[in-house]
Amino acid sequence: MEPKIVCRNISKVFIQKGTQRVHVLEDISVDVKQNEFVVILGPGQSGKSTLLRIIAGLETPTTGSVSLDGKEVAGPGADRGLVFQSYMLFPWKTVLGNVELGPKLRNVAKKERREVAAHYINLVGLKGFEKHYPHQLSGGMKQRVGIARAYANNPEVMLLDEPFGQLDAQTRYFMEKEIARIWETERRTVLFVTNNIEEAIYLGDRIISLKGKLPGRMHELYEVQLPRPRDNTDMKFLLLRQQISDASELVL
Amino acid sequence: MAYEAVKVKKPLTLILLPIISVLTFFLVWELIVEFDVVPKTMLAAPTQVGDRFIDKLSDPNPDGGTMAAHAWVSAQEAFLGYLLSLGIGLPLGLFMGWFSVVRGVARPLFELVRPIPPIAWIPLTIFWFGIGLWGKVFIIFLGGVVPCVINSFVGVRMTNPTLIQMSRTCGASDWQIFTHLCVPSALPMVFGALQIALACCWTNLVGAELLAADQGLGYMITMGRRLALPELVVLGMVSVGLAGALIGMVIETVERRLLSGIRR
Repeated sequence: MEPKIVCRNISKVFIQKGTQRVHVLEDISVDVKQNEFVVILGPGQSGKSTLLRIIAGLETPTTGSVSLDGKEVAGPGADRGLVFQSYMLFPWKTVLGNVELGPKLRNVAKKERREVAAHYINLVGLKGFEKHYPHQLSGGMKQRVGIARAYANNPEVMLLDEPFGQLDAQTRYFMEKEIARIWETERRTVLFVTNNIEEAIYLGDRIISLKGKLPGRMHELYEVQLPRPRDNTDMKFLLLRQQISDASELVL
Repeated sequence: MAYEAVKVKKPLTLILLPIISVLTFFLVWELIVEFDVVPKTMLAAPTQVGDRFIDKLSDPNPDGGTMAAHAWVSAQEAFLGYLLSLGIGLPLGLFMGWFSVVRGVARPLFELVRPIPPIAWIPLTIFWFGIGLWGKVFIIFLGGVVPCVINSFVGVRMTNPTLIQMSRTCGASDWQIFTHLCVPSALPMVFGALQIALACCWTNLVGAELLAADQGLGYMITMGRRLALPELVVLGMVSVGLAGALIGMVIETVERRLLSGIRR
């Protein structure tokens, strides 16, 4: 079966301020199968967010191509839902208003989009907070809204860019459990970017690690065969963790 | 339950302070005039102004119109000019912020016209409109339109670029991003413009009436000077001030309702 997302030999060079070349990605090839949870793991400055933005269509690759279901990606679209590290909610809209944004932009009738929004608000565990504004919510709750919003577009692919980067450790563990639960309830093809090895093992079917510093290159691939829900004190979990962290010594 | 509805009371001092401040101001003013610190020919006491106000409610003398007549004329001019400047300035600024074609066409012209003070337009305005209502409306419009354009333009330009990208990943078109994102996120700046434009309009109203009018609050101030009646001058000034403050308060209330998510 043809993979859902195919990235072929992607490289990316930014020209900053008209004079500076920044080489961010070099020869990246990634395949993601239908309904697979793939984690892109890399240290800071390994170009992992840029890779995600290229797949989202917000950047164009300098060389190489991205295709979704065999069709080349040419710009952002509602078939790929993106969850941002910094939440990116509309501050003047309530939880409900933020979640129903996508369907509203596609002119879905009010009743229908309210049902969709209610469903996903419920799924991410925010029932009862529909009328709250983003500033009344904690970081973890804001990111739940971001996830619900992405789901409400009914995208084929979910792209998550270090979604829990701004959360404290405890909330982060909790949200990792939540994202696994949500994914098992409503399967999607997921590409999840993180710099956290434990998070990668807890969530991923497969882990693709990138080598930092810039430009980011392909490093290792790991299949995570552990049963879900995973236990991050399990021996096999810890061994894999050891293996990955040994392999990804930072070269400064 | 972590989220519970409660009522928060404003501390008593915060309620009393503005009242005390205003009362003290008027008291000191009254005393200064009462004890001839400033001669009565140069400044009128609040009580005199009050007396004059009560007279002017029914008596068109000595300047040819009752309080209500002056106020009505001024209010008409100001509101028409103000509405016109909002109606033209805000959309223009918003469009300039998001659509590069509009920006390219309108920006240079706007920058050329902007530095000319509205009062400098008075001679031309008299050629075009005479000294009737529409000439003054035009001057007031010129004063108000500049902050409207600038604020709404800057407001749109300050839209968070990541929110724009987020909207694109939700499949939003350029027009949808403009209406759903740029305009609401420019609203705080737009409401700032409402206040600034109002101040500009009101200022120019008096300016326009000083030079070319036969009625209106600004005209009343001029007549007060000609007739050497300081209380008439002050009455005109106070009326302009009070009316401006009143409209400002209304705008602020509307703003708070509309922007509940952005400002807290």
